[in-house]
Amino acid sequence: MHAFVKTPQIVHLMNPPVIVNANRLTKSYNGKTVVKGIDFSIKKGECCGILGPNGAGKTTTLRMLVGHTSPDEGRLEALGLPIPEKAREMRSKVGVVPQVDNLDPDFTVSENLYSYGRYFGYNRKALEPRIQKLLDFASLQDKADSRVQALSGGMKRRLTLARSLINEPELLILDEPTTGLDPQARQLIWQQLRQLQKEGLTIIITTHYMEEAERLCDRIIVMDHGTILADDRPETLIKKHIEPHVLEVHGDDVDKWHDALQFGAAIRFEQVGETRFYYGSELKSLIDSLDGWSGLRYLYRPANLEDVFLKLTGRDLKDD
Amino acid sequence: MTEYRVMMETAALFSRSSSVWMRNAQVWSKLAGSSLLGSFAEPLFYLFALGYGLGQFIGSVEGVSYIVFLASGILSTSAMNTATFEGLYLAYTRMEVQRTWDGMLSTPLGVTDIVLGEVMWMGTKSVISAIAILLVTALSGFVESVSALWVLPIAFLTGCCFGSVALTVTALSRSYDFFMYYLSLVVTPMVLLSGVFFPLASLPETVQGLVAFLPLYHVVEMVRPLMTGGVPGSLLLHLFVPAVYCLFFISLAISLLKRRLLN
Repeated sequence: MHAFVKTPQIVHLMNPPVIVNANRLTKSYNGKTVVKGIDFSIKKGECCGILGPNGAGKTTTLRMLVGHTSPDEGRLEALGLPIPEKAREMRSKVGVVPQVDNLDPDFTVSENLYSYGRYFGYNRKALEPRIQKLLDFASLQDKADSRVQALSGGMKRRLTLARSLINEPELLILDEPTTGLDPQARQLIWQQLRQLQKEGLTIIITTHYMEEAERLCDRIIVMDHGTILADDRPETLIKKHIEPHVLEVHGDDVDKWHDALQFGAAIRFEQVGETRFYYGSELKSLIDSLDGWSGLRYLYRPANLEDVFLKLTGRDLKDD
Repeated sequence: MTEYRVMMETAALFSRSSSVWMRNAQVWSKLAGSSLLGSFAEPLFYLFALGYGLGQFIGSVEGVSYIVFLASGILSTSAMNTATFEGLYLAYTRMEVQRTWDGMLSTPLGVTDIVLGEVMWMGTKSVISAIAILLVTALSGFVESVSALWVLPIAFLTGCCFGSVALTVTALSRSYDFFMYYLSLVVTPMVLLSGVFFPLASLPETVQGLVAFLPLYHVVEMVRPLMTGGVPGSLLLHLFVPAVYCLFFISLAISLLKRRLLN
């Protein structure tokens, strides 16, 4: 049992309380509007993913949320407190996992948890039992006295996640929590996040990994150019925006094969780089036509969040 | 009622900045060896080399032997340097490389708490360096009076003063390289002009007038009599100048760092 979530496990079947409420939120830097009047609200117990290409306004939105920058216009409330006015009080009940690790390299694993807990005003006695639980949770019991520098990337991330729970938060904010991790390390983080979600913790997560968003989130907000393009459950988004089946084809002969094809308007076609995508509910004729083209590589799969993301945010390379 | 609120808020502010102080103290205690070496071995080399080497030619200055004269200057300079190094290089590392302050800002701590905690810590480090130098100079017989213990609170003020100036420089820096301007153009001339190595009377009068604006000069003016058995004159003025610098640069560092970190 890991009970890091202080709030009682009341199931609000009808009307879960609103944890975050943003109204016409706007932010400009040097005359450039990076967040353009967005509205969203997040309910207790939700795991909400914010997706968007670089420069979409995700990080600015998160920074406004924790009170690190003030919105130019609009209203923002988190945990019932007006932000940024009551940001300090709000941050005492929020956990943050930053994009870039900022653990203390000179400290051991448990010293990191202690010193972070002190920032919340907890003393050693209050922290002792919490740290034991968090070390278990992060599977770092054997590493309690190891220097942070000696940890692997995955362990550091687990420690950062454990650290964000030191104040028994009511809301957890993660900014690209698994970027740069190997697949095993990523799986472990996902498992821990799912566990926290089951305990009723409200989670906001930004990510570039569609698989991560699809697995963890019961709610997806897609942002681009400072606006919200879509906000729904992942499966609803897929149903709403994308045909059910997808065929991806690439390889040496893909142009020749494509030119020989005949398909009707029921099949939507897109090209990204050297890969061709065919979307539709009936792709059987296309799949049959692949026979005999030995130079082609292909994948026939159900539509996923990545298709939604690419359709909504465009297929150009985002470098800004 | 409002007085009670102000008291509670001051206590909360102090408790939050103490957690920053404690974090730095804990890191220091783990790496104290190398840190102590920098903050007191080096100044002592200067003291003994210059004190004995030059002392041979100089004889006595202002009624005491040169090495005794120099000891108070070296202690003052070392208090300044310790806080300056902490406020420049180590603070910059925490800000940009280790992102320690970003981590703190995700907790109830704010920029003001961080700056106050850092400045208190820089004052503390200056006291540590002053204790070390005082101990060695006293054991070597270069300290004339027990009243020299009063240099410890003065070292704290010195550290807070130069720590807050250094933090302001750090808040404006884009890399470590920028610090060389401050060190070469501000710190070094100040050491040479503040009466550390020679009495100010040897300088032209116009320069002496300018020196009154240098906080290190006022520190030396207090530390020297305390270590050579005298009584510092114009104590209030000499406390006032570093204190004003300290308050001014604390507020400047807070507003610059707010702009830099919370944007």
